Amino acid sequence: MDDLLREFLTETNESLDVVDVELVRFEQDPNNAAILGNIFRLVHTIKGTCGFLGLPRLEALAHAAETLMGKYRDGAPVTGDGVSLILFTIDRLKEILGDLEAAGSEPEGDDGDLISQLEDMSMAAETAPAEAAAPKAEPKTEPKQATGTVAEQTLERALRPGEVSLDELERAFRETEAETPPALPEVAAPSVTPAKAEKVEVKKPAARPAKAAVAEDDSGETGVKGQQTLRVNVDTLEQLMTMVSELVLTRNQLLEIVRRHEDSEFKVPLQRLSNVTAELQDGVMKTRMQPIGNAWQKLPRIVRDLGNELGKQIELEMHGAETELDRQVLDLIKDPLTHMVRNSADHGLEPPEQRRLAGKPEKGTIKLSAYHEGGHIVIAISDDGRGLNTDRIKKKILEQGLASESEIEKMTEAQIHKFIFAPGFSTAAAVTSVSGRGVGMDVVRTNIDQIGGTIDLKSVQGEGATVTIKIPLTLAIVSALIVESAGDRFAIPQLSVIELVRAQQNSEHRIERIKDTPVLRLRNKLLPLVHLRQLLGIAGGEPLDETNGFIVVTQVGSQTFGIVVDQVFHTEEIVVKPMSSKLRHITMFSGTTILGDGSVIMIIDPNGIASAIGTDVSAQAAETEANASRGNERQLISMLVFRAGSREQKAVPLSLVTRLEEVAVDKIEQAHGRHLVQYRGALMPLVPVSGHMQLKSEGSQPLLVFSDAGRSMGLVVDEIVDIVEDALNIEVSADVPGMLGSAVIKGQATEILDIGHYLPLAFEDWFKRKEMRIEALTRKLLFIDDSPFFRNMLTPVLKAAGYEVVTASAGSEALEILKAGDNKFDVVVSDIEMPEMNGFEFAEALRADKRFASTPVIALSSLTNPAAIERARVAGFHDYVAKFDRQGLIAALKETANEFAQAA
Amino acid sequence: MQQTTSDDVTEYVTVLIGGQLFGLPISRVQDVFMPDRLTRVPLAHPDIAGVLNLRGRIVTAIDMRVRLGLGRDKDAKPAMAVGIESRGESYGLLIDSVGEVLKLSNDSFEQNPINLDPRWSRVSAGVHRLDGQLMVILDVDSVLAMGGEQMAA
Repeated sequence: MDDLLREFLTETNESLDVVDVELVRFEQDPNNAAILGNIFRLVHTIKGTCGFLGLPRLEALAHAAETLMGKYRDGAPVTGDGVSLILFTIDRLKEILGDLEAAGSEPEGDDGDLISQLEDMSMAAETAPAEAAAPKAEPKTEPKQATGTVAEQTLERALRPGEVSLDELERAFRETEAETPPALPEVAAPSVTPAKAEKVEVKKPAARPAKAAVAEDDSGETGVKGQQTLRVNVDTLEQLMTMVSELVLTRNQLLEIVRRHEDSEFKVPLQRLSNVTAELQDGVMKTRMQPIGNAWQKLPRIVRDLGNELGKQIELEMHGAETELDRQVLDLIKDPLTHMVRNSADHGLEPPEQRRLAGKPEKGTIKLSAYHEGGHIVIAISDDGRGLNTDRIKKKILEQGLASESEIEKMTEAQIHKFIFAPGFSTAAAVTSVSGRGVGMDVVRTNIDQIGGTIDLKSVQGEGATVTIKIPLTLAIVSALIVESAGDRFAIPQLSVIELVRAQQNSEHRIERIKDTPVLRLRNKLLPLVHLRQLLGIAGGEPLDETNGFIVVTQVGSQTFGIVVDQVFHTEEIVVKPMSSKLRHITMFSGTTILGDGSVIMIIDPNGIASAIGTDVSAQAAETEANASRGNERQLISMLVFRAGSREQKAVPLSLVTRLEEVAVDKIEQAHGRHLVQYRGALMPLVPVSGHMQLKSEGSQPLLVFSDAGRSMGLVVDEIVDIVEDALNIEVSADVPGMLGSAVIKGQATEILDIGHYLPLAFEDWFKRKEMRIEALTRKLLFIDDSPFFRNMLTPVLKAAGYEVVTASAGSEALEILKAGDNKFDVVVSDIEMPEMNGFEFAEALRADKRFASTPVIALSSLTNPAAIERARVAGFHDYVAKFDRQGLIAALKETANEFAQAA
Repeated sequence: MQQTTSDDVTEYVTVLIGGQLFGLPISRVQDVFMPDRLTRVPLAHPDIAGVLNLRGRIVTAIDMRVRLGLGRDKDAKPAMAVGIESRGESYGLLIDSVGEVLKLSNDSFEQNPINLDPRWSRVSAGVHRLDGQLMVILDVDSVLAMGGEQMAA
């Protein structure tokens, strides 16, 4: 096939795709002359080029379609049938083009059927238009004439499709004169010159005019003139990418070598090389980026056809089509997206009658949206249809034996909905030609998984369903955190890492265990942990270090967990190399990479780890999120389940518990007939859950510690069983003092404790003090800022908000004030940018001191980029407020106060 | 095997694994190298010794001792590796040592003895009778295929 033809094929295929989309738009908005003008031009170009290349079938078809469109342009009423016919013609054109591409010549065949239909339609249109066209008709007596002539020629052309050039040329000339200025002044204006150029160059090689025409279309579409583009073969780009990957690797190696030689003269040139490489990498990545709209291009047509076929009115809304992502990723999600849109159209949206009955507009809406979030692109496909049918899914789960009835009973709706991603799962009562919702959803999921994406589903019966896909922007080079576990290094993609926490025996962050499950308390939340060495089976016999380690807090979808590793090194841009087929079955890894020092390491796949940790966690997390977004129809509460006094389970809401402690029995003292224990420098009374309960006689005694306003109480229990998240629904209320009632938690009847009953047992004035504190006492605040201006400006603001304010001009001064202990501060507000000790260091110093570990600290800074906020979070700040945001500061203070009051 | 039929003579790279002489068709051998800095792959099939970087390519190393049921020699590090390629992926077979290249004619070829250990017969394409010893022909594709087979089991 010669280059000319190949170029023609590429361009024509692209033009036809545009025509597809534009036609659907046109059908909805028949009065938009700009759209029609655009379509007309595209088809015209195709026709012209076909003529030059000697492709009679294509030309005849394009011409007939153009004639019909010419009628519309002249004001004939647009009919759905007409548009369908043109679309059908476009399909036929594509078919022929496909054959042409395969065989190198136009296939034999007859399009008389289509052409005569198009002609009939044109004739019919011609008789009608007079009135419809009236408003537009005045200035163009001339064009009318012209089109009249054209119609005549149509017949000729249909009869002798092979004989083209001269006729075509003449007609083209006539048409250009008539068409451009009067009919479409605004759209056609920019095209005058190129169009003319096209005609003038007619005798020159055919590709030239085609190019000119395409350029003209581009400028017409985007409204930006003179944008220079170049077609580059995809293979060339791929090759370039590979080379850049190698370059990045080599650069990393060099950096590693220089790191070992402190005073190397290579340092400066290498730094430069490094920068250039980074820029080159960026640039090449950019060439691979494509707007996601490219994957959506075919959707309007698909939805339109589906709508016609199914007798539904469907509107397709698309937002964020310009959002860019790597073309490799784009290719991989094209099919899943199409599939899901089909699903929504076929099964999600109800037929018009049903929609009317349900009180919805007859026209159903499918909404596609895409946006960037971190290094990810998030794509949501939602419809306002009937939503997933939970009962039918349940039935299907049972039929397929995916879960037992009792298991289903315990599942939440979201968990049940997840089953549509199970292989071969379809609930469609009748599988239509279009799709069975669920058929292929497993394929969709597999595709998304493959590229490290996550898929999430939310459905409300009767209101619609939303599928959200989150995928990384690129797959080739990623930033990764290098960690060590059991002597081996691994890379964890930075994208899924939220933060790093160091766990140590005596620090605030220490690994605790509930039964054998390790957890970490992180900002008033429990984080499930998994030891990487255990998960990978590389413990090598040595016992796990139970309490120390680095925790990589990782997020996958809505699930957050901590991966415990021995060491954390640095982050590095790594080039992802696919894993050998012999290793691909290991879900914990997503690939391999070569580090700067030349060694090969495995890339951890957070998705694999997440699923290894257990689907329970993810389902719960998803459920929490779903509930949060759905409002609180079924509020989930984390409950601490324990046993005390009897065999029955008891529970308290976890948020009320300050700490879980175990104290050695010999530390328990007696005074005034009650048990006490020295706890954090004060005496803490111990209260048994029930009167007849005995303290343990040896070993250690588990306690639930409740604290408020500096006072603590220890509730004596026998055994801590678990922490579960469940809806708290007290079914039987109790007469027994101290019990709120009984509820079913994780399928077991559980007594819910009334903590309000126990607190006064420890301190009679517990509640009185609390009320007093809130109403009468002002709260004390320590404010640190190196600038006197800010100190003077903000102090009155804080005072006005009801705080007693003490100021300090430096972190060290603040620490002195705190340590002096003359004042007890409820909250500390600190500037970040300060000389000597900056805010981060101050917060860390504060956190390191046990006495102040629980004092809330709010950061105040003019730096508000995400990195700084993240840094502040890690340093231990509870909140981060921009320096000039007074309202924000007051709100943050209130929130912190509430949070701490609740936690207590 | 096709190697043995062409021109009646086939060239083999000979290697020693656990004291036994093996021969690999020279057409399949890319290179011979010293395995350096092998990274073990947790959860992988036990026959897979790890992955390593060979001039920018990632090579999956297969421990032939384990593969043949000889057990890994804890102390002795595998001294050599034979690099082979299959379906665009690079593999390294860890062996004890490499011998000379032998040109062998079909005359000395024999099918696997029927009483050969099934673990061996699965990866062996026959035996050559040499002076004083026997050389087992390693069928490279079967060596690589085994991983999949056992994984499925």
